[in-house]
Amino acid sequence: MSRLKNDEEYAKTGAFRFFRWMKGTKDPYLDEVEMQPGVPYRDSLTLEEIMAQEQQTMEKVYDTETNKWIAFFNKVYSVSSVLFCLVLAGIMLYMVACLPRFGTVDRPINNEVSQVYIENGIQDTGAVNIVTGMILNYRAFDTFGETCVLFIATTCVMVLLMKEEEKIRADKSLNDRRFEPKNDVILQNVAFVLVPIVFIFGIYVILNGHLSPGGGFSGGAMIGAGMILYVSAYGFDKMQKFFNEKTYKVVKVAALCTYCVVITYYLFMGANDFNNHISLGVPGMIFSAGIILWLNIFVGIEVACTMYAFYALFRRGGL
Amino acid sequence: MEILRNFPCFSLILSMCASIISSALNGKWARRLNIFVISAIGVMSACTLYFTFVTNQCYIYKMGRFSAPWGNEIRFGNLEAVMALFFSVIMLLSILGGRKHLFVEVDPFKENLYYVLINLLMSSLLALIYTNDLFTAYVFVEINTISACGLIMIRENGHTLEAATRYMLMSLIGSGLLLFGLCILYDITGHLLMSNIKEQVLLLAQTGQYHIPLVVAIIFMGVGLAIKSALFPFHSWLPDSYGYSTASSAAILSSLVSKGYIFLLIKIFYRVIGFEIIAESRLFNVLFVFGLCGMIFGSLSAIRENDIRRMIAFSSVAQIGYIYMGFGLGTKAGMIASIFHIFSHAATKSMLFIAAVGLTDASGKSKKFIDLTGAGYRNVIAGATFTVGSLSMVGVPLFSGFISKILFAQASVSVGVNKMLPTLIVLAISTILNAIYFMKTVVRIYTPVKSDYPTIPWKQDVSYAVVCICFIICNVVLGMCSEPIVDLIRSGLAMFA
Repeated sequence: MSRLKNDEEYAKTGAFRFFRWMKGTKDPYLDEVEMQPGVPYRDSLTLEEIMAQEQQTMEKVYDTETNKWIAFFNKVYSVSSVLFCLVLAGIMLYMVACLPRFGTVDRPINNEVSQVYIENGIQDTGAVNIVTGMILNYRAFDTFGETCVLFIATTCVMVLLMKEEEKIRADKSLNDRRFEPKNDVILQNVAFVLVPIVFIFGIYVILNGHLSPGGGFSGGAMIGAGMILYVSAYGFDKMQKFFNEKTYKVVKVAALCTYCVVITYYLFMGANDFNNHISLGVPGMIFSAGIILWLNIFVGIEVACTMYAFYALFRRGGL
Repeated sequence: MEILRNFPCFSLILSMCASIISSALNGKWARRLNIFVISAIGVMSACTLYFTFVTNQCYIYKMGRFSAPWGNEIRFGNLEAVMALFFSVIMLLSILGGRKHLFVEVDPFKENLYYVLINLLMSSLLALIYTNDLFTAYVFVEINTISACGLIMIRENGHTLEAATRYMLMSLIGSGLLLFGLCILYDITGHLLMSNIKEQVLLLAQTGQYHIPLVVAIIFMGVGLAIKSALFPFHSWLPDSYGYSTASSAAILSSLVSKGYIFLLIKIFYRVIGFEIIAESRLFNVLFVFGLCGMIFGSLSAIRENDIRRMIAFSSVAQIGYIYMGFGLGTKAGMIASIFHIFSHAATKSMLFIAAVGLTDASGKSKKFIDLTGAGYRNVIAGATFTVGSLSMVGVPLFSGFISKILFAQASVSVGVNKMLPTLIVLAISTILNAIYFMKTVVRIYTPVKSDYPTIPWKQDVSYAVVCICFIICNVVLGMCSEPIVDLIRSGLAMFA
């Protein structure tokens, strides 16, 4: 790099000083300010000693025998917290007494919103079950959010408890079947009869979500419960033959992604008033109600996966 | 041009979809996808801002075939768009700034889960910004809470687990109160859509019917969101969760998560209850007092702190106090000052967390002040960024903190003397306290000392240096070009109500 000035002149410029500071080659204070060299402060105690000291101090501070103030504070604290709760409960009870009377006709919630849901529900959504029509068609975006709540709850439990496969195998303490009777015959025989029934009933509830009470959330919970029953009767090794971490990922991500695509298409078409080419079918038939049947299936898969994943993660830190 | 109307909805769905896909990817690809998605959201928000700014009106976008109150809807104007743009910029910078630490502090096997959490957090923030429906807001408040917990505890050590538990308990109390208030409001108005609730509430206020449930609902929602955004007496969860989590998490939590709740509170003030009725209920006076207390006590705790990260975290308590104090003034000028402070604090606090991490790296990972002595020479970029952030927090002209302080002072002059005097006095005291602990740190990091820790040249981590420079530019832009931004906030607030 060539400079117009020679080195001696350049050393006087601000640019030189700035770059010198940037590189950290010289301290701006060094010649001007007289400073004590910093004494490196290191206590030679080990971590255990520090912790023991801290605990000793804490015990001394919170010893109610010697420290009367703490005893006094503890009493005042418990009394005032009880009082606070009582006052809060009183306010809330009084507030509830001021609310509109339950079951009367002229309550504010009996307005045009619920009227439209009840009167036009079947024509608008094609679902005989109005509640399903409401949550999966009228307010489909909210329900997608709810499904994401389940998804993120599983993710958080995974953050907390998930272990790598090799670690699970290596760590004997994670093998919780030590404390249980192995291959309990009664449980296995009951599960052998019950699990298929639970599965079939769950699938029935999901598929008939738009026709009868139920839907993805309740049906999914049933399937999840069936899987938990199976795994507690036969153990994880048998379960993993048809449902391991890879299948779990594939099933869940595929269901949620399809859900996402369907919902995006639905929202985009609906918002711009385009015809979305989804036929509502004849109300009461199994293949009716447009997207609702499919959304119920996706929600059901997500809920079942969440239930099972919670159980498996809490039990052995992996699927 | 018309297609731009769809962008807020697209950005919401995009971030949710990205989080679902990230759960099946490995860490590297999840990171790339996350950076792409956050940038795309930034671009889309910028387009939305351009669209609302040019047409100068706000838009209602129905989510699905059915218009609200039967279906869901989102609503956006200048304020929402500029908020979304700003949030995505800060999010991107925070993630890039703490990238190197993520590799070390997060189990590589779980790295993709981090991006799942980040993407869903982004979607929930966007939903809190855009939604026009209280129930949608509640659903996304849930997502926000859970993902914030995950962000704290993904750095698995004792401190973060304890902090996450504490955060979760406090935050759930806040969510519970919010839900409770929402239920009462639904029972007495019969609606969940914000604009319909407002109509009904106006009617109720005129007739005086259901007065007590209305006041209780306002209090519950106000207190619930105040707990979640760490207003002074409810801040006990804050120092640990900001102080011990990984750098990106701390930056995101302090600058975005609490701001999302505050934005929802503004929305409740303006769109759900109506500004006049809130002012009548004297909730503003309560917020004012707690805001002032927060400004003093947050700073006092920060002065006592011997850990740089926890010091910055306690400074957040003081800054949240400023925002609530601005609400407490109960005027439009106070609200504008608070919203500007949301921007200024978000930009500065994330910058300080990222800079602090650079300084601790140059001091053998120790966060104690004794080890940080001279760290400004060992990591020049981080030192300069920290200095700029400190100056901004103290309120030195040129930087964003100065503008928000002057806006607060101006806003306080126009209200009555019994609010003006406390505001000005506490502003002055709080500025001095801020100066004590931030300048103490700056002097400390520029005290020359012979140290065993190696110097970190900026070339070692170019992306970190770039992020720091972006933060500085962002802060200086907020400080120097405040006029158009304040105008934007003002016009946005006019569209908002």
